[in-house]
Parts: sequence; structure tokens; C-alpha cells
Amino acid sequence: MANTKTNSKVKTKNAVEITAKGIMTVCAVIAVFAVFSITLYMILKGTPAFVKVGVPELLFGSVWKPTAKVPSYGIFNIILSSIVGTGASVLIGVPVGLLTAVFLTDIADKKLSSVVQPAVELLAAIPSVIYGLLGLMLLNPVMYRLEKLIFAGSETHTFTGGSNMLSAIIVLAIMILPTVVNVSASSIRAVSGNLRAASLALGATRLQTIFRVVIPAAKSGILTGVVLGIGRALGEAMAINMVAGGSVNLPLPFNSVRFLTTQLVSEMGYAEGLHRQVLFTVGLVLFVFILAINLLLQRLRKKATDNE
Amino acid sequence: MFKTLNKRIAAVLVAALAVVSLAGCGASGSTSGAQETTKAQAEKVSGTIALAGSTSMEKLCEALSESFMEKYPDITVTVEYTGSGAGIESLAKGSIDIGNASRGLKDGEKEAGAVENIVAIDGIAVITDKNNAASDLSTDNLKDIYTGKIKNWKELGGADEAIVVIGREAGSGTRGAFEELLKIEDECAYAQELDSTGGVLAKVAATPGAIGYVSLDVVNDTVKALALNGVEATEANIVAGSYMLSRPFVMATKGEVSAQKATVQTWFSYIASEEGQAVIKGLGLILPQ
Repeated sequence: MANTKTNSKVKTKNAVEITAKGIMTVCAVIAVFAVFSITLYMILKGTPAFVKVGVPELLFGSVWKPTAKVPSYGIFNIILSSIVGTGASVLIGVPVGLLTAVFLTDIADKKLSSVVQPAVELLAAIPSVIYGLLGLMLLNPVMYRLEKLIFAGSETHTFTGGSNMLSAIIVLAIMILPTVVNVSASSIRAVSGNLRAASLALGATRLQTIFRVVIPAAKSGILTGVVLGIGRALGEAMAINMVAGGSVNLPLPFNSVRFLTTQLVSEMGYAEGLHRQVLFTVGLVLFVFILAINLLLQRLRKKATDNE
Repeated sequence: MFKTLNKRIAAVLVAALAVVSLAGCGASGSTSGAQETTKAQAEKVSGTIALAGSTSMEKLCEALSESFMEKYPDITVTVEYTGSGAGIESLAKGSIDIGNASRGLKDGEKEAGAVENIVAIDGIAVITDKNNAASDLSTDNLKDIYTGKIKNWKELGGADEAIVVIGREAGSGTRGAFEELLKIEDECAYAQELDSTGGVLAKVAATPGAIGYVSLDVVNDTVKALALNGVEATEANIVAGSYMLSRPFVMATKGEVSAQKATVQTWFSYIASEEGQAVIKGLGLILPQ
């Protein structure tokens, strides 16, 4: 009697285990399926234009006139803008972010850090359209004044009204801050206290300890933060669309520029035929960039766990 | 209290309706035959109307087909936005009933049998920020501004203020029409390319020295609409044909409207009716005379 009872209990237990396993497998398959189907879709949609326009003309042509009688589909300036914009914003955002992280972990007392930490986290929660709006209302007018000062009397400069590369870089730099700060701070916190104590005991100053011992020890975690920041900057569309002006130009600080993302956002609505196909190719290029960034991220993470 | 009041109002309304409909019946018996046939059509006609063509006419087509299908529930209207050229091409092939074009028909298209029925006229206004002293531009000056030959308002006798040339993204119907009407297709040197009418309006309003173009109907008091060659951007001038930045919205048919199937004839008589005209005007478009 008792025996059969336990048996049925075991059976129901097994059934639950099996169903749970099944559900989880299905969920995992969905995620993998999504990645593969998106990749496949982007490749299928993005490659025809390569064939029709020609790879060098498309990737290295600098004239973007998709609706002209003799259309030309060069996206070189757009690719360059994305790279320069992302690179410059990382150059500004990473030092600021890293120093903020050090401040949070090693410099600030608990009270101060309990104010700064949530503030930085809140920065990450602000939607990109808000960043764009602030850039549009505050940054662009300032930029226009600056532009007028710098290019006063210039015959060749096309005045952009302050919507330029520099605005985009500044907005992006602020947007990647929370990512860099949070990831760096947690990896700096993970550095063993023994290491700090040993460094201080050997007579190193606090600053020496931070820059010579703690940061090198947290290197791979900090790099992860940087790469995540690059990913965020590269994928951002809304804020840039609002502040960068949107003309296809060389990525000079006071030029109105278009990024890979904003290219898709602004022209997908009405594009047709080959123009539309080229936009898919732009999407594919962006996708490849993001993929590369993520592969780099995975390698960094692997390295980090190997070190531990 | 309210309930009884409501009931009373309802009763009065029903009574009024009954009287009106009775009167209507009596009237139709005595008036001309033409009215009778349209009435008969309205009751009987059922089927489909297929439209295809200009993307710029999307707003117009959506509004017209919506109100049309409300009045004629038995007729189904489908509209595809494939572009003016593609629309007229499909019309020639006979795969649709009406081809939409946001431009006058070309001679070749007319030879292929397409008949130009202009249902509305769209006007494009050239706008600047409110503080700009300029109020009138010649076509040539406007072209020079947009192609980057004139870069400062002082060259046009205005203040020493850089011109910020604002336009729409490639593929936009307004941009297409603007560049086509000025014959500066793909020669424009834009400082900013924005992807919405509202964006252009807001940027021009906020940027000193900016110039932009938008549909005439969205112009509001945050910006200043410029006259072209001394002609104000007004509805009257567009109808008269003296304001140059305007384009017709054509619903082309293969052969005259009178030779079309009943549903298409109903469509055009609806557009010509007061209701249809009200819809067109409601969109800020101008009625052809």
C-alpha cells in the first residue's frame, strides 16, 4: 500500500520534471531559432543589393543619391560616420565612466556613493528619445553658436544649424556612461581586498594602488564594459536621428551626418526597389558590426573566467 | 429624469426622421431622372475598386476610401502605394481600376489610354523662421539656395545670417515634388535631412536663418511662408496656377470616367459630391476648378 503511494509520487515528480524540461527546451529553441532566422533574413535581404550595385561601389562609394535618375548608392560616408561617431563617443565616455567607477568603489564614502550609484543607474533607464530631445533643445543651439563663431565668414562651409557630428558624439558619450560605469564598478569591486591591502602595506599610495593594482586586476571586466558601451553607441538610432542633422556627409565635427542606424530609420518609410534593398544592406552592415562586437565580448568574458 | 428626457429627444428625432424620409420619397417622384439614377446606383452598386500609385496621395486615398466605404458598404476599395509611375503602369496593364499620380500625366501615358482626372491640388510652401526679413524669393534664388550657390541671406539683401537649408529624406513625396518642380532633382545640398513634415516645421521655427519646405496645409504661425516670384503661397494663387510650387493629384482611368464600371463611376461621383469635396478640403488640399 505504502509502496504504491511512493511510486505514484515518484511518477508525478517525474512527469513534472519531464514537462518542465520540455518547456525549457522549447524556450531555448525559440531563442536560438530567433537568432538564426534573423541572421538568415538579414543575409537574404541584404546581399542582393551587393550583387546589383557592386561591392566596392556600395561599400566604398561616397555619393548617396538613391532617387536620382542615375542613382548612386555609396554608403562609405555613412559607415565612416558610424565608426567615427562611436569611436569618439567611447574615447570621451570611457575615461569619464572609468573614473566614475573608481570614485564609486574606492574614493567616495558610503553616503556619497549611495547617492551617485542610483543616479548613474537612473541614467541607464532614461529612454534614448529623451536624450535626443535634450540634445535637440539644449545642445544644438549651443552648437550653432559655436559653428557661427568658428566658421564666421566662411564661403565653403554649409551651415547646419547646430545639428552635427559633435552633438551626436556628446549625446552618445553620455548614453554609454551608465554601461561603462556599472560594469567597471562591479568588476573593480570584485578585486580581492587582499590585493589592495598588500599594495598599501608595501607603501604604495592610494592612487598608485588604484591605477597600478586595482584597475589592471579588473582589466577584463572594464574591457567588457567598454565593448558593451561600443555596442550601445553603434546601435543607437533615435537620439542620433534627432541631433545629427541627417545629411550624408564626411564625419567632420561640424558636418551634418548620417549613421547606419539613422539611415534605416529615416529612409525606410518611402524607399522602394533597389533603394529599399540597399537599405537592407545597410542593415546587414550594421548587423555584422554588432555581431563582431559581440563575438569580441564573448572572447573577453571567456578570458576573464579563464583568469579566475 | 435624464432617462425620460433622453427618451423624449429620441422620440422627437425618430418622428423628424420619418417626416424627412417621407418628404424625400415624395420629392424623388417628382424631380428629374438624373437624380433617380444616382440614387438607384447608390443602393445597388456593389463590387470592388482597386487603386494603386503615388505614395504622396496616401493621406488623401485613405480618407476618401474610408468615408466612401462608410456610405457604400457594398463596395470595397483597396489602395496600394507603389509610386506614381508604377500606378499608371498597372493601370495600362489593366490590373487596377484607377492609377494615382501626384503629377500631371506624361504624353506617353496619355497615349497608352490613361485619362487625367485631377481630384485635388497639393501646394508646397517655402518657410523660414519668423524673424527672417525675407518675404519674397525668385525661383532662381530659391534654386541657388537649395543647390548651395547662395549661402547667406545677405546675398539676397537680408541680414548677415547663414542659410541653413533643411529638407526631407530621399524618397519623400514632398522632396520629390519640390525638387521636380524646381528642376533641381538630386542637386540639392541639404544641411539637414529630416524624416517628417513636423520635424521640418519645428527645426525651421527654432533655427535662425533656416529655410525649409512643407505641405501648404501644415504651415502655422511658428514659421513664415515666403512668396515666390511675388506670388503669395495661397490657395487662390495655386488654383489660378500662378504659384509655381504646386502639383496635381491625379486619379487616372483607362478611358473616360463615363466608360468605367459602375463602382468606379460611383467613386468619382462621390468625389465630386459635397461630401467628397469636404474630405479633400479637410486634408488641406485644394480643389481643382
